[in-house]
Amino acid sequence: MGWFKRLKEGITTSTKEKKETPEGLWYKCPSCKKIHTAADHANNKYVCQECGYHERIGSKEYFEIIFDNNQFTELHENLVSGDPLDFSDTKKYTDRLTDTIKKTGLKDALRSAYGTVNGQDLVVCCMDFNFIGGSMGSVVGEKIARSIDFCLKTKSPLLVISKSGGARMMEAAFSLMQMAKTSAKLSQLAQAGIPYISLLTDPTTGGVTASYAMLGDLNIAEPGSLIGFAGPRVVKETIGKDLPKGFQTAEFVLEHGFLDKIVPRTELKLQLGNLLRMLKS
Amino acid sequence: MTYLDFEKPIQDLEGELVKLKEVSSKSKVDLADKIKELEQHIADKTKELYENLSAWQRVQVSRHPERPYTLAYIDHVSNKTFIELHGDRTVADDKAMVGGFGELDGQTVMFIGQQKGINTKMRQIRRFGMANPEGYRKALRLMKLAEKFNKPIITFIDTPGAYPGLEAEERGQGEAIARNLLEMAQLKVPVICIIIGEGASGGALGIGIGDRVLMLENSWYSVISPENCSTILWRTWAQKEKAAEALKLTAADMSKNGLVDGVIPEPLGGAHRNHTEIFETVKQVIKKHLAELGKISPQERINQRIEKFSAMGVVHDMDA
Repeated sequence: MGWFKRLKEGITTSTKEKKETPEGLWYKCPSCKKIHTAADHANNKYVCQECGYHERIGSKEYFEIIFDNNQFTELHENLVSGDPLDFSDTKKYTDRLTDTIKKTGLKDALRSAYGTVNGQDLVVCCMDFNFIGGSMGSVVGEKIARSIDFCLKTKSPLLVISKSGGARMMEAAFSLMQMAKTSAKLSQLAQAGIPYISLLTDPTTGGVTASYAMLGDLNIAEPGSLIGFAGPRVVKETIGKDLPKGFQTAEFVLEHGFLDKIVPRTELKLQLGNLLRMLKS
Repeated sequence: MTYLDFEKPIQDLEGELVKLKEVSSKSKVDLADKIKELEQHIADKTKELYENLSAWQRVQVSRHPERPYTLAYIDHVSNKTFIELHGDRTVADDKAMVGGFGELDGQTVMFIGQQKGINTKMRQIRRFGMANPEGYRKALRLMKLAEKFNKPIITFIDTPGAYPGLEAEERGQGEAIARNLLEMAQLKVPVICIIIGEGASGGALGIGIGDRVLMLENSWYSVISPENCSTILWRTWAQKEKAAEALKLTAADMSKNGLVDGVIPEPLGGAHRNHTEIFETVKQVIKKHLAELGKISPQERINQRIEKFSAMGVVHDMDA
């Protein structure tokens, strides 16, 4: 009988000695399935250390990554959406808003803040996909418009981080007009010669692509992001064929000339700092 | 004449009228009084129906096959002086977007608009009025041309949306529309935009940033078509009536919500029943607004335009 033969059946560690694994200590990459500790993963800006997969993150994480010492002042943080159309689909819009605010701890799909990046002033508007698919409603448009006014007053450059499924259906034409509003305000920023950098992340589609996301003096994107106007399903229905591999990825959009650069999140702060320095008048 | 489903009562009455006229012409019986009575009855019925159209019924009217399209308006308003100009100078000439100079009672104006096809073949060539990026870039090129020579711009909007094709994505549909929004905000010449039929989403807005944005009585304007809205929110096409209602997409609702500057009344029973009348109404409305806008300085016009769009949206400031 070999010494390795189990004499007692089953696991015999007593429950007293059992080691508990706290929730969220490990991160498993959905792309390469490799496992890393959550702390390492956060240190690497939520980018998989094996395959470079960029996990979707929100404004909290982006502010942490971009602003020096995570120090920033939030702008217009208490704007919440109205319900001008008294809209109701499977759920009343007002209920949907209240539930989402409670669930996410966010007030709407975009947060705006100013601070410094490697010592240089910057206003950052960052979208949160968790909030009704990062959809663009009145609050998103209003916060961008007011942030542009702030940039005009303080002569600070603007960075908008887009992450959105497009317009917010529940605000219908009010949502559509946010495209007009943000683009019109950006034209004022352009007239004043203040730099505007647009960062497109996964996903950026619909009305957001067809307004502020594509209007940067510099358009940069995170690797592998889905970027397009019409969603891939709609395009597929239109052409009645399967879509080519890599269609509407950041790399595809770069290849067709609509992006200046693809910047991995791990290099984002460094490159932003460099660009801001070079653009300074 | 094509009748919409809800126009059945009118169709029946008009059928009766035709028969009555036939009888009257064949026999020697004088039916003039009867005919007159019936005509009055048809007019009353049409008025009754059209005064109480639901949102979805207005969407149907906006898509009526006999409703006039952009080029027909341009031809009339310019008294056939229109010279069409082609191409975006980069890739192609998009047949879904037309534009060019014309004279409006002696004043040179740049006309631009989406154009739907008038028959099966043309509908395909013009992609049902769904422009590619080249269309939006052609429109912008023509707007800049108008600005250079200080001519006002009139745009006619009639589109089910920007074309969602593979090449459109490759050539930057999103960028093309976005660029137009930004550039139109800063145009130094007066810009009047008129939604004559369908105004769907960014595809409509791409030529829709104006000092005056006006809607024909039976046109619609929103972020999405009622059918697609129904598919997304209720996962079925069947709720399109409900979606049309919920989107508040009619001219009356859009005007009430302050998202357009005015409504242009249509002839009784819709624009398709009397082309000449709607052309003339639109022409007079354009002239009136051009006269008003001409009195404002270019910089003031730009400021007012940007302020108007900046004020759109409903938010509550919990600090206030």
